[in-house]
Amino acid sequence: MLHYLLFFIFAGVCLAGALFFLFQRHPVNSALSLIVVMGSLAALFLMLGAEFVAAVQVIVYAGAVMVLFIFVIMLLNAGEEERTRGSKVALILGVPGLIVFFCLMYWTLALPRSQVGHVSIGDFYVSTQQLGIALFREFLLPFEVTSVLVLIAIMGAVVLARRERH
Amino acid sequence: MIPLSWYLILGAILFAIGVASFLIKRNIITIFMSIELMLNAVNLTFVAFASHWHQVSGQVFVFFVMVVAAAEAAVGLAIIIAVFRTRETLNVDQVNLLKL
Repeated sequence: MLHYLLFFIFAGVCLAGALFFLFQRHPVNSALSLIVVMGSLAALFLMLGAEFVAAVQVIVYAGAVMVLFIFVIMLLNAGEEERTRGSKVALILGVPGLIVFFCLMYWTLALPRSQVGHVSIGDFYVSTQQLGIALFREFLLPFEVTSVLVLIAIMGAVVLARRERH
Repeated sequence: MIPLSWYLILGAILFAIGVASFLIKRNIITIFMSIELMLNAVNLTFVAFASHWHQVSGQVFVFFVMVVAAAEAAVGLAIIIAVFRTRETLNVDQVNLLKL
């Protein structure tokens, strides 16, 4: 019962934030609603027993990445965006495509015929220690490759954002 | 006991909203943020399946997705700053140098 209540609260906040993100025209409002989405997703991660992922979601995503976004929005002084008319083809193809997508999703997931199973609070819990053991034993090579990727990303960001001198 | 499919449907709806805002938005920063929304939706699916199959690896994948997303955000925002310096605009409709 509690699980249902928590799921509906956080899923509702999540969807509301995402819709707000979609319909806002000012980038700062969009960024703030995206932070709401990420925060409620962190709560959903906690309910699924992923404590480290939830913490990283708040610290890295809602903290660092979104601060970077808001920093750039304010640096470039981004105002309200003007809407241009979308193409007719996109409207003709997009709306039926969306309906088909949701029908297909409902058909595959929500009908009782498909038994994908259940999840409940406390059923599965990964401590940070277990995750660290998995990360540094099974996934050591991807972890090291990722560090190279981050190094390249840092250098690329510095090179790209640097003002060119003539 | 919540059906796993609810989490999956939530993830799919979030992903669909991300795709929609990617196509609708005209500001290059907001387009970039909708990519982050899509990545978050996929992360939710990963964690839900990890919880269902009792596997730690699903959460490790989420960790990697987050690292890649952070690196992507740093590089992408640098590119946005460079685009703004040369084109003086954030509207993607006006960044059309490659258009015929």
